[in-house]
Amino acid sequence: MKITNNQVVALADIERLTYNDFFMQACDALGNDAAHCVSYFALPEGEEEYLLFCYIANDETHDIELLCSKVNKNDELQSLTSQNLAIHPFEREIYEKYALNFIGHPWLKPLRYPHDRQAGGDIYDYPFYQIDSPELHRVGVGPIHAGIIEPGHFRFICEGEKIHHLEIQLGWQHRGIENLFVEKKKLLQRATLSENIAGDTVIGHATAFTNATEALAGWEAPEWLQVERAIALEQERIAVHTGDLSAICTDVAYQLGNAVFGRLRTPMINYMQKWCGSRFGKSLIRPFKTNFIFTEALAKDWEDTIAKYLPHFTEMAEQMFDLPSVLSRIERTGVVPTQLARTIGLVGMAGKASGLNRDVRTSHPWGAYKDMNYEPVVLQSGDVYARAQMRYKEILKSIQLIRDLIIRRRALGEQTKIENPQTKWTAKADSIVLSMTEGWRGMICHVAVTGADGDLRAYKITDPSVHNWLGLALAVRENGISDFPICNKSFDLSYCGHDL
Amino acid sequence: MLETLKIWWHQGKQWIPDVETTEVPGIFRGRPIIKAGVAVDEAMLLDLCPMDAIQTNPLAIDLGKCSFCGECAFACPDKIQFTKDFKLSHNLREGLVIKEGVDTPIRVDADKVRKEIRKTFGRSLKLRQVSAGGDGSCELELNATGNVNFDVGRFGIDFVASPRHADGIVLTGPLSENMAESFLDAYNAVPDPKVLILAGTDAISGGLFADSEAVKRSVLNDLHVDLYVPGNPVHPLTFVNGVLGLLGKMKH
Ligand code: SF4
Repeated sequence: MKITNNQVVALADIERLTYNDFFMQACDALGNDAAHCVSYFALPEGEEEYLLFCYIANDETHDIELLCSKVNKNDELQSLTSQNLAIHPFEREIYEKYALNFIGHPWLKPLRYPHDRQAGGDIYDYPFYQIDSPELHRVGVGPIHAGIIEPGHFRFICEGEKIHHLEIQLGWQHRGIENLFVEKKKLLQRATLSENIAGDTVIGHATAFTNATEALAGWEAPEWLQVERAIALEQERIAVHTGDLSAICTDVAYQLGNAVFGRLRTPMINYMQKWCGSRFGKSLIRPFKTNFIFTEALAKDWEDTIAKYLPHFTEMAEQMFDLPSVLSRIERTGVVPTQLARTIGLVGMAGKASGLNRDVRTSHPWGAYKDMNYEPVVLQSGDVYARAQMRYKEILKSIQLIRDLIIRRRALGEQTKIENPQTKWTAKADSIVLSMTEGWRGMICHVAVTGADGDLRAYKITDPSVHNWLGLALAVRENGISDFPICNKSFDLSYCGHDL
Repeated sequence: MLETLKIWWHQGKQWIPDVETTEVPGIFRGRPIIKAGVAVDEAMLLDLCPMDAIQTNPLAIDLGKCSFCGECAFACPDKIQFTKDFKLSHNLREGLVIKEGVDTPIRVDADKVRKEIRKTFGRSLKLRQVSAGGDGSCELELNATGNVNFDVGRFGIDFVASPRHADGIVLTGPLSENMAESFLDAYNAVPDPKVLILAGTDAISGGLFADSEAVKRSVLNDLHVDLYVPGNPVHPLTFVNGVLGLLGKMKH
């Protein structure tokens, strides 16, 4: 059935296809270049049976196709990944969690080693791809890395300095957060969890949770609040992108860029603290309410802050993208060509840097974005340079977006309170809702399923990192291993957002 | 070259001269004060707090569990207030429990700091950070301690790549089971004497993840914790001052 972002659907209204029809219709929908799978998961129903839910979004028609099938634990299921590579993490997750049999999956390996897995074995015994040759050697890095960063294991196969193959093994960060959404009963606990899915994307994930929750309750946030949430999301984008430019400079040993972008990030996150008391925006986004109304004083403060930030930022960025010593490190490094990006289903910033026009703010807009006709930045070269430029250009875009949003917010007048706030979880029973936002990293997708009692039965999260980790692994092929850090930084993927 | 010098010049001074007395911008939620003598519906507060951080008899907030969401202060503004005091670290777990009627600074209990710590690391402390289920925000804030604003390097405090070069471990995250073994490997690789610092609500108490089946906090049972740094995430100034306090290097 065709749905839209944040549309609540009664489970009873969803047709249950045979797996064969499910497979054929999914292939059909995915046949279009503008279509990609945004969420696909299994829900246990009874002892041996599972409901499969697959969401395929079309970025041009703005439709989302929801497909559902009921399968038995012992069924042999023709793997969708064999037809569309971008499905690989979803089938791996379903396999690992419930040991369903996917036939013809080219890479049916553990994804994140969840504690309640039924397949996949031990995390220290991952079946790495190997090439047996006396001319090649393997390099293992992690799970603990050299810097202050989350854990993950990287296994390179190199010929001298050149990387032929990289395999990334994740799961170290697994905290069982999806289960906790169901186990924790207080709305505030769930909202807090949503802020901790990926601590660098607090607003992005909390907005997805909030949209899903409000949709399930049939509660619509007033326009002024929608506008405020969009301002927060764009501010988060500016802050993280600025920090990432600093980190990219670090990895090409450009000390001035590292220091200047690093210190420019400080007023951007401090602005969040002025707004809500947390530099990362924790506690700002809450379903059915806000504790931190965006006042005129905050609007003025933002304008002052940006007036100070912008000249320094532009000056530094122009210098960075003009320096031969920086350019020689980032141009044509870690390339993901457009066709490859589409094949493996890159999303967000990395996808847009590889020529994919994929941005939820445009394709499936929600809240304040519905009337904004946002035009994404799309670049073609797919290298570290493009991903760095993406930050530069998106920062300028987001600043303009916030300017527009502030005009809109002012027109709606000063607010002091929400008319009908709620503090308890309330939701339509036996329903399902999909909520997508575009965080700074890319498409965030949450799916909430309620049971007969109206409480959560399952909560599924897809961080953009799930789609993009394979992109990093392929980007570094045939690059020198010393360029790995810069490639890694240019993607800046989340470990905890992936491992959940 | 001229461009570079120009940019350099334009930056002016960015460092915070005194990390102990500087003021943080905005409405930072730091050390709470619970006023004595103001009546409050305790059951409502217990029900409200998402982190189970509120205790009764006497009424208290456990900063090791608190996410600093501020909801309790919004519900009872006359009773609970969060000050902007970012010095929240303590070397004893019970030192993080702020009781009703108490409005005194939180400081490391010097008598309980192991003698060899200050003697060995007073002038130089190299730390290895391990994230075990951390959500990335504490990690970013610990990274920020080294930037040009906070610049912990000036105190001889640094983060290093190898546990063998380190004097201690800073743990973030609730200690995911999948990382438990690697965390212990890193801890054991640090030569004695060594310090262990738990940074952030998740590391200190497990936070909302405390009873998740995917975490394994029992590995902490046998280890001596030298410093608890509250926050969700920790503020760089909370961390810096905590470590300075542990090393006996606070001026004020
Ligand atoms: S600020 Fe801390 S104590 Fe107060 S409600 Fe939030 S988590 Fe609980």
